[in-house]
Amino acid sequence: MSLLNMFNRRGSAPVARDRLQLILAHERAGVGGSDLVMVLREEILAVIAKHVEVNSDKVQIRLDRGQDMSTLDIDIELPLTPAKAGGRAGELKTKAAKLAAA
Amino acid sequence: MAKVLVVTSGKGGVGKTTTTAALGAALAQAGKSVAVVDFDVGLRNLDLVMGAERRVVYDLINVVNGDAKLSQALIRDKRLDKLHLLPASQTRDKDALTDAGVARVMDELREKFDWVICDSPAGIERGATLAMRHADVAVVVTNPEVSSVRDSDRIIGLLDSKTLKAERGETMEKHLILTRYDPARADRGDMLKIEDVLEILSIPLLAIIPESMEVLRASNVGCPVTLNNPLCAPARAYTDAVRRLNGDAVPMSVPTDKKSFLDKLFTRRAA
Repeated sequence: MSLLNMFNRRGSAPVARDRLQLILAHERAGVGGSDLVMVLREEILAVIAKHVEVNSDKVQIRLDRGQDMSTLDIDIELPLTPAKAGGRAGELKTKAAKLAAA
Repeated sequence: MAKVLVVTSGKGGVGKTTTTAALGAALAQAGKSVAVVDFDVGLRNLDLVMGAERRVVYDLINVVNGDAKLSQALIRDKRLDKLHLLPASQTRDKDALTDAGVARVMDELREKFDWVICDSPAGIERGATLAMRHADVAVVVTNPEVSSVRDSDRIIGLLDSKTLKAERGETMEKHLILTRYDPARADRGDMLKIEDVLEILSIPLLAIIPESMEVLRASNVGCPVTLNNPLCAPARAYTDAVRRLNGDAVPMSVPTDKKSFLDKLFTRRAA
């Protein structure tokens, strides 16, 4: 114990308690149901993958679980020419063609 | 090409996770690129000891199953750029780890880092044997206490039979780290002496980590002990261990914390 620690009576134990309370609250919430943040991560990526070819190497996901708020940070590198846009345009064309026939 | 090191012990609670975090941080502090990998599936704790528990997105099982790329699952330490953590899964069980999947991930880790440190779960079952399977070097963590020494002996047997190195007919490089050592109690004859433990286990000594409140203090705040207070006795012991792993000849000692006048006063009152 140094002189500094003697005046800092709080010590490291309260930090340990706060960290445990925070992470256990998240883990308990995750039991049974899925962790909301994880569900959001999956669904957001699925929506984006519908429109652009997402190279999973170019996706970085960062998470910071907090007391009242967590931050989910999804960083996706979009290609210059969205690969799936061509496919989607093609689909629209076939639909238009069918309508004309009817 | 990395060196893969497993931190193992057989017995729980002897300091495997503390040692993994401390060695990993000390290697990174020495300029090496390091990945620490938690193999304790279902009961992960390395993230907590490293202070990264709030940032876990993917884990070892996600990478083994191909749900995530290794680069996405690795968490870079906020204090040391060269230190990375691959957490274990908290919700799955150890059967989710396939031999082939773990082998693939270990190969990938070997390409990316100078050192890969695998934190083994306690026990001698699948999780523990998977953690040691790909190792080039093993660090056996032992307390100077009868049950811990016996379990370490058992683990040494597994290191010499169940690892890829052993199966190839090579010898596994093994080192002992003796933790929670109290020289005063050993001098009084109330604690196994270093020589006794070394004679029984007959593997070379890598470090003696003295019993110290600094270890608990570091885990409380989620910081490897070598980083939290680099000058404290356990941190110096781990730093010396890393220098020995890197091939330096460092004389063996039991580092001690200098006690100030006030400390002595308080210890006497407490006793």
